[in-house]
Amino acid sequence: MKKISVLFTAALLAGTAFAASAKAGDELTVTSWGGAYSDSQRKAYYEPYNAAGNKITEAEYNGEVAKIKAMVEANAITWDVIDVDSATALQGCAEGALETIDWAKLGLDKAKFLGAEVSECSVPTIVFGTVFGYDTSKLAEGPTSINDLFDLAKFPGKRGLQKNPTVNLEWALIADGVAAKDVYTTLATPEGVDRAFKKLDTIKSEIVWWEAGAQAPQLLADGQVVMTSAWNGRLQKPIDVDGKPFKIVWDHQALDWDLWAITKGTPKMEEAYRFVSFASGAGPQAEQTKYIAYGPANADAIPNVEPKTLPNLPTAPDNLKTAWNLDTQFWADHGDELKERFNAWIAQ
Amino acid sequence: MTDDVMRTADGTPLKVKLRQAERREVMRAFMLIAPLFLFIVISFLIPIMVMLKNAFYDPDIVNNLPQTTERLRQWDGKALPSEEVFAAFAADLKTASKAKTVALVGKRLNYEIPTLKSKVTITARKLEKIETGPWMEAVTAADPVWKELGTWAVVKRAGSAFTPYYLLSALDLRQGVDGGIERTPENRRIYLQVLGRTLGISLLVTLCTLVLGYPVAFMLATLPQRTASILMIFVLLPFWTSLLVRTTAWTILLQDGGAMAQFLHISGITWIANTLGLLAGEPQLFKTRFATVLAMTHIQLPFTLLPIYSVMKTISPTYMRAAKSLGATPFHAFRSVYVPQTMPGVAAGCLLTFILSLGYFITPALVGGGSDNMIAGFIDTAMNSEGNWGKSSALGFVLLTATLILYYIYNRLIGIDKMKLG
Repeated sequence: MKKISVLFTAALLAGTAFAASAKAGDELTVTSWGGAYSDSQRKAYYEPYNAAGNKITEAEYNGEVAKIKAMVEANAITWDVIDVDSATALQGCAEGALETIDWAKLGLDKAKFLGAEVSECSVPTIVFGTVFGYDTSKLAEGPTSINDLFDLAKFPGKRGLQKNPTVNLEWALIADGVAAKDVYTTLATPEGVDRAFKKLDTIKSEIVWWEAGAQAPQLLADGQVVMTSAWNGRLQKPIDVDGKPFKIVWDHQALDWDLWAITKGTPKMEEAYRFVSFASGAGPQAEQTKYIAYGPANADAIPNVEPKTLPNLPTAPDNLKTAWNLDTQFWADHGDELKERFNAWIAQ
Repeated sequence: MTDDVMRTADGTPLKVKLRQAERREVMRAFMLIAPLFLFIVISFLIPIMVMLKNAFYDPDIVNNLPQTTERLRQWDGKALPSEEVFAAFAADLKTASKAKTVALVGKRLNYEIPTLKSKVTITARKLEKIETGPWMEAVTAADPVWKELGTWAVVKRAGSAFTPYYLLSALDLRQGVDGGIERTPENRRIYLQVLGRTLGISLLVTLCTLVLGYPVAFMLATLPQRTASILMIFVLLPFWTSLLVRTTAWTILLQDGGAMAQFLHISGITWIANTLGLLAGEPQLFKTRFATVLAMTHIQLPFTLLPIYSVMKTISPTYMRAAKSLGATPFHAFRSVYVPQTMPGVAAGCLLTFILSLGYFITPALVGGGSDNMIAGFIDTAMNSEGNWGKSSALGFVLLTATLILYYIYNRLIGIDKMKLG
C-alpha cells in the first residue's frame, strides 16, 4: 500500500512538472471576443499561423480595460496580443497599458489601413457595424429605419440592446430627430444626454440587455425579442450558416473598428509583432471575410474578397448610405460619467 | 509526603503535570489547523485588507500631481490659487504627459466633476507647447474650468491620499462644494437601493429554501436508509453540477415559449390568470425577479437542506414517541419537541444560504432583468468595465459591513454556539 501511494505521488508530481513546462515556451496568447468572431479568427489567422510551426493560445474577454491594466500594473502579463475595440485602444494607450506600434517593424504600409489613425497603440483588423436585425418569420413587414427600433406602436415586443451606452445613446438622439452629424455635439451637453435617456425611457420596459456578442442572435433565435441590436457579423453568421430567416437593417449603422494591440511589457514582443504582421496581411484578411461578414481594414485585401460576401460587409456602398462613425475620442472623454449614469439608469 | 499538594509518581505536582499535558494538546490542535489558518490568512484576510484599503486610500493625485498638492495645502479656498500653484500645476502636467499618467489624473478628477477628464487632457496637451509662464494665464486660457474655485477645491480634496470619496458615493453621498456632506442627485442614487435589494432577495431566497428544504430534510432523515440514500442522490446530483450550467438550464426552461410557459398554458393556469384579469397574454417569466429568485433557490437548496438533514439525523426517534406517549398530538409533539432540536441545523443552513446569496451576480445577470442587478454585479462592473477600483472596493466594504452587522444581530438572536452542522 505504501509503495503504491509513493509511486502515485511521484507520478502526480512528475505530471504537474511536465504540464508546467509544457505551458511555458514560445506560446503566444491572443485574446479576443469569443463566439463567431473568434471562430473566424481561428480559421483565418490562428490555424494557418499554427500550421507554420507556431503555437497560439486563445483567451476570451468582453472588452474590459481594467483586466489589461491590472495585468500591466502587476507585471503578470498573460495576454500578449489583444483584439480591442477603438474605445479600449484609446483608453489603454492613454493609460499606458498598450505598446506603441512600430509600423516599420510590422513591415506594413500604414497608409493602406483604414482606421490606422484611431490610436498609435493599435493596428486595425476589421471594420464592423452595429446594426439591428429582426426575424422575418415573426415579422413579415419588418422595420426599415432606426425610428422603428423606438416605435412600440408599430412594432410591439421586446428589443435587445447592448448593456453599454455607446451606440444606444446616439441612436436615441437620431431617432429623436437629431441629425447624425450633430449627435456628438448634442451629446456633449447635459440637455442632450437627458434627451437621449428620455428617448430610451420610452422603450425601457421592453428592453432585454445583452452583454456578450453571442447573446444577441441567441435572443432573436429564441424568440425572446422581436428585434435586437448586434454587431453585423454576429447576425450574418446565423443567416449564412444556420439558414435562420434573420434580416439586418443597415439604416444608421454605427461603424467602428476592431484593432490588434500588444500589451505593454509583454515578454513575447517579437512573436507578437510576427503574429500581428501575419494577421494583417492581405491574404489572411480576405480569408476572414469567408467566415464572418466584417470588412477587412487592409485595403489590399478587398480585391480578394468573395463577390457574394461583398454586399454583406458594412463597407458595401448600399450599407454605407446612412452610416456614421463612432466617435471614440468623445467616448474616451465622456465615457466614464455616461457609463455611470447608464448603469444607474438601468438599475432604477 | 507531608504537604497537601497532590503529586505524580516522579514528584511534580499534579496541577503542573496537568497543565503541561493540556498545553501539549492545545499545541497539537494548533499545529493541525495551522496550515488551514495560514491559508485563510494569506488567501482571504490579506486580500480583504487590501480591498478595504483601496476603498479609502487613493494616491493617484498625490503621486501624479505632487507639487500641486503640496502648494494647495496652504490654499484657503476663498479666492483663486496663486501663480505659484498654477506654475506647480503646469510643471506636474508636463511630467505627467511624459509619464503617460494624464489620463489617470483626469479620470480621478472626472469622478467628482464630469467632463474634467477631457479638459485635463486638453490642458496638458496645450501646455506641452508652452515653455515659460505666466502660468495662470496659460492654464486658464487652455480651459476656463480652471478659473472656478470649485475645480480647485476638488483637486485639493483629491490631493489627500486618504479620501472619503469612494465610501461616500457607495452610500449615495458626496461632499458638496463647501465640504459638507450631501446626497447625490436623484438619477445617480442607486447604491443604497441596490444594497436593500440584495439583502431582500437574499432573505427571500433563504426563506424559500427553508420552506422547501425542511420537509425534504425531514423525509430524508426519517425514511429507511436505502430509500433515503437514493433520494439523497437526487438532492446531491444538481449540487455537483456547475452553477453556470444550472443557470443556463433555467434560461431554457423559463424563456418565452419554453417548457415552463408551455406547462402553464397546457395546465390552464395562463387561461385562468387571463380570465381573472391578473395577466395579459403569455406570462413573462424570463429576465424577471421571479426567475432570479427561482434560480437562486434552486442553486441554494442543498446548502440549506444538508445542515438541517445532518442535525435531524442525530435526533433520536424516541423523543417523538415519548412525547406522543405522554399525550401530545402528533403536530404538537412535532412543534414542541422535534423542531427546537432541529434549530441548530436550521440556523446553520439559513446563515450559509443568506451569506452565499449576498454574493450572487452571474445568476441575476443571466436570468434577471435590468432592475435585478445585485450589489456584486455593481462591484464587478465598477472593477472590470469602469476600472474604478476605489468604487468597487468601497461597495465591497459596504457589503462586508452590512453583512457583519447582520451577523452580529443574528448572533444575539440565535447565538453561533447554538449552531450545529451535524
